[in-house]
Amino acid sequence: MTEPLLDVRSLTVHFPVRGRGGAVLRAVDDVSFSVGAGETLGVVGESGCGKSTLARALLGLVPVTAGSIRFAGRDYARADERSLQPLRRAVRMVFQDPLASLNPRFTVRQCVREPLDVFEPGLAARERDRQAVAMLERVGLGTAFAERYPHELSGGQNQRVSIARALVAGPRLVICDEAVSALDVSIQAQILNLLADIQRDTGIALLFISHDLSVVRHVSRHLLVLYLGRTMERGVARSVFAHPRHPYTRSLIDAVPVPDPAIERARAAAPALVGELPSPLAPPSGCVFRTRCPRASQLCGITPPPLVPAGDGAFACHHPLEDVDR
Amino acid sequence: MSTSPAVLSVRDLTVRFATRRGPVDAVRGVSFEVAAGRSLGIVGESGSGKSQTCFAIMGLLPGNARVGGSVRLDGEELVGVARGRLDVLRGSRMGIVFQDPMTALTPHRSVGSQLCEVVMRHAGVDRVEARRRALEIMERVRITDPERRFDMYPFELSGGMRQRIVIASALVLRPALLIADEPTTALDVTVQAEVLRTFRAVVEHTGTSLVLVTHDLGVVAGTCDEVAVMYAGRIVERADAATLFRAPAHPYTRALLDCRPRLDDAPAARLRSIEGQPPSPALDLPGCAFAPRCALAETRCRVERPALEPLGTGAGTRLAACHRPVPP
Repeated sequence: MTEPLLDVRSLTVHFPVRGRGGAVLRAVDDVSFSVGAGETLGVVGESGCGKSTLARALLGLVPVTAGSIRFAGRDYARADERSLQPLRRAVRMVFQDPLASLNPRFTVRQCVREPLDVFEPGLAARERDRQAVAMLERVGLGTAFAERYPHELSGGQNQRVSIARALVAGPRLVICDEAVSALDVSIQAQILNLLADIQRDTGIALLFISHDLSVVRHVSRHLLVLYLGRTMERGVARSVFAHPRHPYTRSLIDAVPVPDPAIERARAAAPALVGELPSPLAPPSGCVFRTRCPRASQLCGITPPPLVPAGDGAFACHHPLEDVDR
Repeated sequence: MSTSPAVLSVRDLTVRFATRRGPVDAVRGVSFEVAAGRSLGIVGESGSGKSQTCFAIMGLLPGNARVGGSVRLDGEELVGVARGRLDVLRGSRMGIVFQDPMTALTPHRSVGSQLCEVVMRHAGVDRVEARRRALEIMERVRITDPERRFDMYPFELSGGMRQRIVIASALVLRPALLIADEPTTALDVTVQAEVLRTFRAVVEHTGTSLVLVTHDLGVVAGTCDEVAVMYAGRIVERADAATLFRAPAHPYTRALLDCRPRLDDAPAARLRSIEGQPPSPALDLPGCAFAPRCALAETRCRVERPALEPLGTGAGTRLAACHRPVPP
């Protein structure tokens, strides 16, 4: 079997906390996953689950405490700035707020051209311009937009600019961190369709980070569920959504409102997730989810459940939901 | 649709902003009623006028806004009423919940004392009675261990707990109407579920009417009896929730439901999307504002504005502003 495009093993990112006597914030703790070329991995979890730190670690923007990040056959986990350059070109990011991530003094054309200015300084300026405008057209913005400024564009149009900027230097993986969360529903669908088209045409891989489970289910082939920096469950998205094994995954799915009053009324009777997210500075002993888990037992407070393989995925739970596939 | 007297009655509401580039019409003639103990969800995208409608009811629009039409709360006209009277009504007759609970609470005082202040100022009761009422309402919004939480500061509480404190302070004077503007948008999905349950329980047990403004059709599905869908400053469809979600009549409502992926649908390669963008509120199109994006639009839709009219008869009656409604 060929090596996947991105192979992350036991990735751990701990932040020291000032003034707390050597306390550490375990933002990401022993997380492993891989993404194949042309595939999409969805990453879900509540705020503070480590989704965004994970993305930053993949780009070499935060120091990695332990583990490996193999991309296209090379380990970048402890690479210095200089050796990170090829990674910075091959892995690009699209953020939630396009206006905040685009330079307000640049025209749209300049915004899109900038990665080429950095990675292809040998190219003639005219050629860089040509490629930037071609990419703008690819994301559905005509040449009419090229000389306008980000503040003159709508949120959806700016997100198209961000996508063009991410794609212009020919990346192999694009990380979308809540990339459609701030957009209106009708615009979300346009952007999701655009990403799907681009992936089909170029074969790029996507790491799709979102709190929106409906969107993640729609775009992802594989799924990673995080809670307080730990992997709760991972696997093929379709089967995880249909038959989650981890109670946390189940709770997340059950919390998503469905636009159907009959279903919503029926669900109102079922118990919702109790309690609140514990502080990541003082995570519960044993299984970190146990304080909110309907299935927690004494064992869960003592021993952290190991990540056990199941089918194409894995889950970490002492009392998993039943395996309906067998 | 209901015969019981309306707690809130909105008639031909308009909101016009004076801007440097000329007038902008954010709300262009909106009418609805909410009966006692009933809940209405107002749904729309950004720029639809849903939040401005909400602010007009609360009397919280900025100085460059002109409000027209009528807003009656328990029969009392609010449009053009003196500011002092509005200050009394907000809180006592009308509870308000905003998106961000952190800015709605004072950071340097315990949540209990903030609740008590509301009660003492408006209801003129002593500290002991205020505390009793505050604890009672905290329990009502499902705050566990209210005695302990009473002395905590907002930053010590989680986002969901804070939003429930805000709901508690909106309810502590037993208002006839609760208005919530995107109350769960800033919350995690699991916390959102709990806050929505709180809203449902409150309407059920206290008889307070609820107006819930949101961009998320899923949020209103389980929380509201009736739904109004807004587009470009007008209500384009209004129906009871069951009817609206089962058989949306307006092509915009249908498209909104279709373009959102659902957890219970068969995964499709492509989402149905609504191409284009909503019109600028500075423009006044002669026909239906949705026509340029509507797959069903014909010539008439572009020249003649459709009125919001009843469609069908008997059970499942709804109002739709459309020349070519989607057949049920």
